[in-house]
Amino acid sequence: MIDRFTIGRRALLGGAASATALGLSAGARAQKPLVIGFIYVGPRDDYGYNQAHAEAAAVLKKMPGVKVVEEEKVPETVAVEKSMESMINLDGATLVFPTSFGYFDPHMLRMAAKYPKVQFRHCGGLWTAGKHPLNTGSYFGYIDEAQYLSGIVAGSTSKSGKLGFVAAKPIPQVLRNINAFTMGARSVNPNATCQAIFTGDWSLPVKEAEATNSMIAQGVDVVTCHVDSPKVVIETAERAGIYTCGYHTNQAKLAPKGYLTGAEWNWERIYVDFVETMKKGGAPGNFVRGGLKEGYVRTSAYGPAVSAAAKAKADAAKSGILNGSFAIYKGPLKDNKGNTVIAAGTSYVQTEPVLEGMNYLVEGVLGATS
Amino acid sequence: MNTAFERIAVSALALLASAVLFGLLLTFYAGVDPLEAYALMYQGAFGSWFSFQNTLTRAAPLILTALCTALPARLGLMIIGNEGALVAGGVAAAAAGVAVSGTTPLLAQLVMAAAAMAAGGAWIALAGGLRHYRGVNETISSLLLTYIAIALMNHFVEGPLRDPSSLNKPSTHPIGDANMIGAIGGTDVHWGLAFGIVACVLCYLVQRFTTFGFAMQVIGGNPKTARMMGLDVGRHVLVACGAGGAAAGLAGMVEVAAVHGKANASLAVGYGYAGILVSFLARHHPLAIIPVAILLGGIGASGGLLQRRLDLPDAAVVVLQGIIFVAILASETLYGRSWRWLWRIKAAEGR
Repeated sequence: MIDRFTIGRRALLGGAASATALGLSAGARAQKPLVIGFIYVGPRDDYGYNQAHAEAAAVLKKMPGVKVVEEEKVPETVAVEKSMESMINLDGATLVFPTSFGYFDPHMLRMAAKYPKVQFRHCGGLWTAGKHPLNTGSYFGYIDEAQYLSGIVAGSTSKSGKLGFVAAKPIPQVLRNINAFTMGARSVNPNATCQAIFTGDWSLPVKEAEATNSMIAQGVDVVTCHVDSPKVVIETAERAGIYTCGYHTNQAKLAPKGYLTGAEWNWERIYVDFVETMKKGGAPGNFVRGGLKEGYVRTSAYGPAVSAAAKAKADAAKSGILNGSFAIYKGPLKDNKGNTVIAAGTSYVQTEPVLEGMNYLVEGVLGATS
Repeated sequence: MNTAFERIAVSALALLASAVLFGLLLTFYAGVDPLEAYALMYQGAFGSWFSFQNTLTRAAPLILTALCTALPARLGLMIIGNEGALVAGGVAAAAAGVAVSGTTPLLAQLVMAAAAMAAGGAWIALAGGLRHYRGVNETISSLLLTYIAIALMNHFVEGPLRDPSSLNKPSTHPIGDANMIGAIGGTDVHWGLAFGIVACVLCYLVQRFTTFGFAMQVIGGNPKTARMMGLDVGRHVLVACGAGGAAAGLAGMVEVAAVHGKANASLAVGYGYAGILVSFLARHHPLAIIPVAILLGGIGASGGLLQRRLDLPDAAVVVLQGIIFVAILASETLYGRSWRWLWRIKAAEGR
């Protein structure tokens, strides 16, 4: 470790030198802008996870005294370390947002140790007080709240009572979305089922299309998904004439007829807040989380196929979530194998750590986690 | 005629042609000043000590994975399962590393390297063996074996080898900070680069100065003749494929022991596929692999700067790599007649 630190300092000096040279060559700027680096794991225009971040980055670009630099399709390897370092050394970035989950450990932590004066904020829930340095942090949204509302709309709209969920991997974050969506649907139609299909990875367009088609063949008439880019799922469903609920960002454009609503990120809220803090000379929060109430997530505007009754039910649940009178995860709750996962009388708020380790599918979901 | 000189001249010509072609694309399609783009690429890849280390770090895995194609190519076999061997090696290294993480770091590292090389070697030797003993096309089988390797990795990482605390990114248990192989003294570049260079030099020496290497060349020239001469073709195929796979497997071990500290889906990010490209660009010559890998590493390292400064998409550097690949393959037709061609071009330029 000691060895690594000396190298770090040397590289830092080199970086500082090149940054200075760069500053000189760029001429005398009136005021040094705040340089913010964004790193995306996929393309910026993927109608999904990365686009949600890029849209918020575009908002930052319009702020005065802010310069945004972006890199897309950076894999979760040493490449992202080098991208961060390059942004710091060559562009003078002082705030870096590596947005993909796998960037955190070890890549972002390694860079944070090497560049203690740069602020790193990671999208996800991994930052732990006392364990991770103070120039790092994480921010995330409880998007399952929006999924629950999507589920209500889906359950109210479906004629067959069969819903479909194309998912990447059976990890807690994804399971939480599937469960919230299914519970939302079953709150309005207790007989509704949700077929979950795991494709195995975040971006497998062919498998996503196959999964969607096979669910359509089984009579599923509303699909949603949790993959990096919902584009393929939404378009496939629209072509087959069934309904869709979006994810990550608004996909209404891809499915003008069948798009019901969707669970969207609203990163702009967090980013603008962070940047304002930085401009005042402060450091952004280390552990920032919120859901519908904080405005970190939102639902897409209702599509033309959503009935007034469905809207009313979803809006009622939404106001319950907003005023804190309604909890999604409360007992008695059974998984789809019949085991009780939340005992009667127990009710979890969204911040509950137990929910972070979710490893089951609730009753009504057809599918298995392994 | 001096063939080494011819090789370098033809490759340089192909590179120049691709640079011009890419420049035209930049100018007319993307509306970017190509000179500015090339200046940025130079700055991002070689322009400073930081940039050069960035390039070398990216080149390191490519050198090792390229050998996986280059060695069997000497025997006339077209192996493209580099990614599979890397993944198999990475998972084996992590499993071994976790098993012996309590011992001394050196022992743990040796065990990890051995496990990775054995797994990667066996993976490609399987493709070679299928080719030699069962007549299965080695290109297809090695490619398909890659999918199997990635599926197996997902199975192990999400199942038997999973660290239960790796919730949203399934990974194996960490091998422990003490067992990491770290960076070459005074730099930021991990030891994988040194392993790669040593492996390339070793392969060159074996190919150039040993009877085994000569036998490989004979088999590559004509396997039937080689068999009639009494050479054990099967053994050579298995050894060459095994050694190539071992090199790619070692690249997987380096990813685990120098970068990630554990095995997870980040092993399969395309180093293996890029290695095929490197091997072809180097015309399967072990020593040429080193500069070619550094060139491609540099293109990768500068890609970020192109995105950030010129707002080019990530695809820009992929397009450049593609153009280089096609230009080098097309330039193969120049061999033997390159002098005539070169003279003609010179004459045309003189006009």
